[in-house]
Amino acid sequence: MNNIIKGRVWKYGDNVNTDVIFPGKYTYTVSDPKEMPQYALEDLDPKFANEMQPGDIIIGGTNWGCGSSREQAVVCLSQANLGAIVAKSFARIYYRNCLNNALPALPCPKAVDAIQNGETIEVDLAAGEIRCAAGTFNFPPLPDAVMDIFEAGGLIEYTRAKLEKERV
Amino acid sequence: MPQTFAEKILAKKAGLSHTVPGQIVDITPDVALSHDNTAPIYGIFKEMGGQRVFDPKMHAVFIDHAAPAPTTKHAENHRIIRDFVREQGIENFFDVGRGICHQVLVEEGLALPGEVVLGSDSHSPHAGVMGAFGAGIGRSEMASIWAVGSLWLRVPESMKIAVNGQFNPGVTAKDLALKVIDDLGADGALYMSVEWHGEAIRSLDLSQRATLPNMMAEMGAKNSFIPPDQVTLDYLAGRAKRPFELVLPDEDAAYAQSYTYEAAAIEPMVARPHTVDNVMPLSEVAGTRVQQAFLGTCTNGRLEDLAAAAAVLKGRKVSPGTRLLIIPASSQVYLDALRAGYIETFLEAGAAIESPGCGPCMGNHMGVPAVGEVSISTANRNFRGRMGTKESEIYLASPAVVAATAVAGVITHPKDI
Repeated sequence: MNNIIKGRVWKYGDNVNTDVIFPGKYTYTVSDPKEMPQYALEDLDPKFANEMQPGDIIIGGTNWGCGSSREQAVVCLSQANLGAIVAKSFARIYYRNCLNNALPALPCPKAVDAIQNGETIEVDLAAGEIRCAAGTFNFPPLPDAVMDIFEAGGLIEYTRAKLEKERV
Repeated sequence: MPQTFAEKILAKKAGLSHTVPGQIVDITPDVALSHDNTAPIYGIFKEMGGQRVFDPKMHAVFIDHAAPAPTTKHAENHRIIRDFVREQGIENFFDVGRGICHQVLVEEGLALPGEVVLGSDSHSPHAGVMGAFGAGIGRSEMASIWAVGSLWLRVPESMKIAVNGQFNPGVTAKDLALKVIDDLGADGALYMSVEWHGEAIRSLDLSQRATLPNMMAEMGAKNSFIPPDQVTLDYLAGRAKRPFELVLPDEDAAYAQSYTYEAAAIEPMVARPHTVDNVMPLSEVAGTRVQQAFLGTCTNGRLEDLAAAAAVLKGRKVSPGTRLLIIPASSQVYLDALRAGYIETFLEAGAAIESPGCGPCMGNHMGVPAVGEVSISTANRNFRGRMGTKESEIYLASPAVVAATAVAGVITHPKDI
């Protein structure tokens, strides 16, 4: 896991839902994770998919990722090597999907208010810090019980290791 | 110590005497629900190294989201699902035409009081209508359950909503759900367990009750619970697929938040584009021109919903310039509606009736809107682009309002036609 993430900020508002992150019409026609990034945020910000760079960071308001449980709304970003999502709060299934895909999802309302769209910021996962032009902000560490999944690189890798261990 | 429903059922399933909010527990669900996404989940399962599922009896698999298949690609997806259930010996499989997963799970006696239903669908809280703990999870999580049989859950804080008195005629659980979402917001119950109590809730039939936990997904809830009563038990008699034990919250349980509503104060409500918490009284949006009216979905596609629409449509015609799509939530609903004469009423009114399933709700097929068109729907979501194009608008309302709107061509109160 890369402990320091540095990238450009893409800032959005409250209640951004999974239909605008990854439209429902693609949910059963686009099944290869590698094909998903081209549709990321299609109905929210048409520029995003073409212009985002690995390591970039999304800043969201409250309830980021509400709506459908579709995991593609996380995978389209994790496959593009998005660095992290910092939001005031996350919808619960979206939050779980992030952890299970080892994409840092960091609730930090004060940082969201301070960070400007387009600026370059740094997230230090080990220190629990977000460093931006306006200063340094702290976010709470991941719950211990799910840290193992995150550190394994995601739930697929975690479960694979667990199954292999059971078979030995 | 006194416990809420969520605290009590998660303690029971984890083999603990009690739990507290924030605690992480490992749970083996009684039901693992998956739908058209069963095919990609099977791919993840194999990627994880899975060979045989942990327990085939735990599975309930449905083809409903794009059913019957609109494209060859969708049909391939369905074929993978049929191969999967055959290979793994999964008996609870419901193919094209049977209906929407949440409705069929209830009809088949697989959503039971005191049980845990985890579904790879965000409206899985629906199972709370039967007194179950229903929660939505992601695809990787479902694959992991198939592989190892369990998943971590965080014990949620609980919210209690008590609804006193009786609803006025023409006011439905849909209106109550929209009113509460309007008051508390799209994240009003984020991560929480929402319990419904009070005389007005007990007076609702199961069909209307189901709309409440179904729509709590739109308030961010993890699960939502309606206490099982004699109505629930009568429905389950001869239907429940296995014995069950009720789990009820303790009278003196501590709730993080509590709200009280008077049913008589609720009026017909409509959610405007493009969020579910953008709610107005019907009177304030009446007159808005609509090109498509859609009656169906897991939220409001049951027999009682069709009955309410039939009462409005009987002897009337759908307005020229407006289409009315009707999709029964299940084959049982379709059959019951046929026998009750509602289907005849719908066809005589000029409605188009489609095969049971999710239909155009998430923009797959069977009546997606054109650019610039306005839809009114009985569904639970009106997000931009939800029905296929972001250049269209979706209003959400109760079945009778959707039917009245189809007749008038503009958003209309049923009493005004």
